[in-house]
Amino acid sequence: MSDSAASVDSLKTKVPAKTIGDITVPSPVFSCRDVDVFYGDKHAIKKVNIDIARQQVLAMIGPSGCGKSTFLRCLNRMNDTIVGARVEGQITLDGQDIHEKRQDVVQLRARVGMVFQKPNPFPKTIYENVAYGPRIHGLAANRGELDDIVNQSLRRAGLWEEVKDRLNQPGTSLSGGQQQRLCIARTIAVNPEVILMDEPCSALDPIATARIEDLIDELRESYAICIVTHSMQQAARVSQRTAYFHLGDLVEVGETNKIFTNPQAKLTEDYITGRFG
Amino acid sequence: MSSTNNSAVKSAAETQQQVRNSLARRYRAERRFRFYGFAAVTAGIAFVVFLFGTIFAQGLSVFQQSYVKLEVFYDPETIDPAGNRDPDDLVVADYQALVRAALREEFPQVEGRPNLRELYGLMSSAASIELQRAVTANPDLIGQRQTLWLLADDTIDMVLKGNVSRQAREDERRLSDQQIGWLNALEQRGDLDLRFNRSFFSNGDSRDPEQAGVRGALIGSLLTLLITLLLSFPIGVGAAVYLEEFAPRNRLTDVIEVNINNLAAVPSIVFGLLGLAVFIGFFGMPRSAPLVGGFVLTLLTLPTIIIASRAALKAVPPSIREAALGMGASRLQMVGHHVLPLALPGMLTGAIIGMARALGESAPLLMIGMVAFIVEVPQGIVDPATALPVQVFLWSDLPERGFVERTSGAIIVLLLFLLLMNATAVWLRNKFEKRW
Repeated sequence: MSDSAASVDSLKTKVPAKTIGDITVPSPVFSCRDVDVFYGDKHAIKKVNIDIARQQVLAMIGPSGCGKSTFLRCLNRMNDTIVGARVEGQITLDGQDIHEKRQDVVQLRARVGMVFQKPNPFPKTIYENVAYGPRIHGLAANRGELDDIVNQSLRRAGLWEEVKDRLNQPGTSLSGGQQQRLCIARTIAVNPEVILMDEPCSALDPIATARIEDLIDELRESYAICIVTHSMQQAARVSQRTAYFHLGDLVEVGETNKIFTNPQAKLTEDYITGRFG
Repeated sequence: MSSTNNSAVKSAAETQQQVRNSLARRYRAERRFRFYGFAAVTAGIAFVVFLFGTIFAQGLSVFQQSYVKLEVFYDPETIDPAGNRDPDDLVVADYQALVRAALREEFPQVEGRPNLRELYGLMSSAASIELQRAVTANPDLIGQRQTLWLLADDTIDMVLKGNVSRQAREDERRLSDQQIGWLNALEQRGDLDLRFNRSFFSNGDSRDPEQAGVRGALIGSLLTLLITLLLSFPIGVGAAVYLEEFAPRNRLTDVIEVNINNLAAVPSIVFGLLGLAVFIGFFGMPRSAPLVGGFVLTLLTLPTIIIASRAALKAVPPSIREAALGMGASRLQMVGHHVLPLALPGMLTGAIIGMARALGESAPLLMIGMVAFIVEVPQGIVDPATALPVQVFLWSDLPERGFVERTSGAIIVLLLFLLLMNATAVWLRNKFEKRW
């Protein structure tokens, strides 16, 4: 434990001054420029520049505490809820600054859905879990439409067959993997443009993980997906682009197969070959 | 060489022996602690049993009261000499004369003013009031005869219940030997009996123990607590939600938090003084009114409810908040749809504690005049009223033997009220509690 910490510290000096790789993509959904995040005095994210492409999965990897989750939470302004957190720099969603006064945070979160590390279904029925988003955003005119949205969302999340007979049972009665798919169904029920996933499989067993990964692959056709993961295999399996974070710096970003086969930065290579992390 | 080695590195057997020795010590400590706990619980139970035993032993007799069976003649000559059945005249007529006439009929041999006065002393003044009520409700009774069970005086009641001995010397009891003789005669004829004590539940306070009832205090407590609940629960929950979910964390909110915690420890009589100064002195609200009592008890219970509600809100897992916010719920939606339902059971627990405290409070009510002697049962929140604990306090101070059982009786009613209230709250809490 102390060894790896020491090695991480010694690596601090080796962070390249500028992000290596292609930070830009054509027609990005998110475009982040010089993003800094501070937690009080702590500089958690340092001058991050990155674009997020449509219909693609971006995996963010890096050792614990490197700021990947913090960066993810910038994208739907969840950091607003943390006392003492401050975000600087420019983040645009479809060309519009998300920190602009005119940008409503409620609307932003309807466009940018989020799936959390621990499955966190509401303590309500399965139906109510999925229906909640459409209901508060007024997406269904009547009960029939709402039923359709719930039905479709559960189908797309691959959960319909398992829960169709018990929609009125509590969401928390499902298994961990099912709960996480319920959370994904809940997120896609409001039809967002981007789905943020913060280590969605870290609390799941390999079988449930495989199902979620298949699901991510299917959902990619409709949504831009950002996934934070600790598993490099998972990043390699599900993503098209990978970004490597290190102690608040975005070290390298590029196509996933390039990053994993031929990393440009020494730090990236050390991490993916398992020398630390 | 080997000996130094042995001292430095202990053998496994040695280590095991040390563990075994420490084990015995640990188990002894645990047994000792268990014994202390058991002793404390036993002592607690013993005290509770003793307390309840005393209260019920002294108070249960209040639910029965001595009544005398008399044949009453509604003599038109006495109560309606004009013969026109005028309601105004009927109200003020001399019904005591009817009771006296009935008593003379029961004991025709009694003669002479002093003896007759003693005879009339057997009955409570409530007897004539009952006749008055019967006649004003149904004037057709005039001219008829009716056999009624009428309230006996509390001195009779005490003898009948065995609280005062018939064998005691005459100068040590309030009944004369002659009265004891009539009492025995009535009892032999079956005309004197202990019956269910209606007046205890239908009357307000009285100077006569046999007429004194808890209804006034019960209604007063009910109205006061209703106002307390209606005000303190919404305000307390609202304040807790604002402080916990919406207010910025700064020096001002820190000061408010410290002050709320301090307020919870302020002696209740201080709240009474505050109520007296603000509600009665400044706003000119009526004295002795359940309305003001409710306001004062609201001030008293608010800190408790706010503290409990904030703790309940803090206990809601942050993942639920994140899930709601992540779905695009506004802050108010997050609180209203997800956080409040999960925190409600905890808030209700706070409300139970607060309301139970409010029900048992007498000191702040003394300050705002709810300690007055009030005979009428309050009809609304601005009528003069008293409360159950204050009634207990008032009766416990009175010299008549009959008020001893009434004090305990009022305590029983207070405890039953508390039990009923808490049971309702617990039922509500369990209903809202989601175990999933």
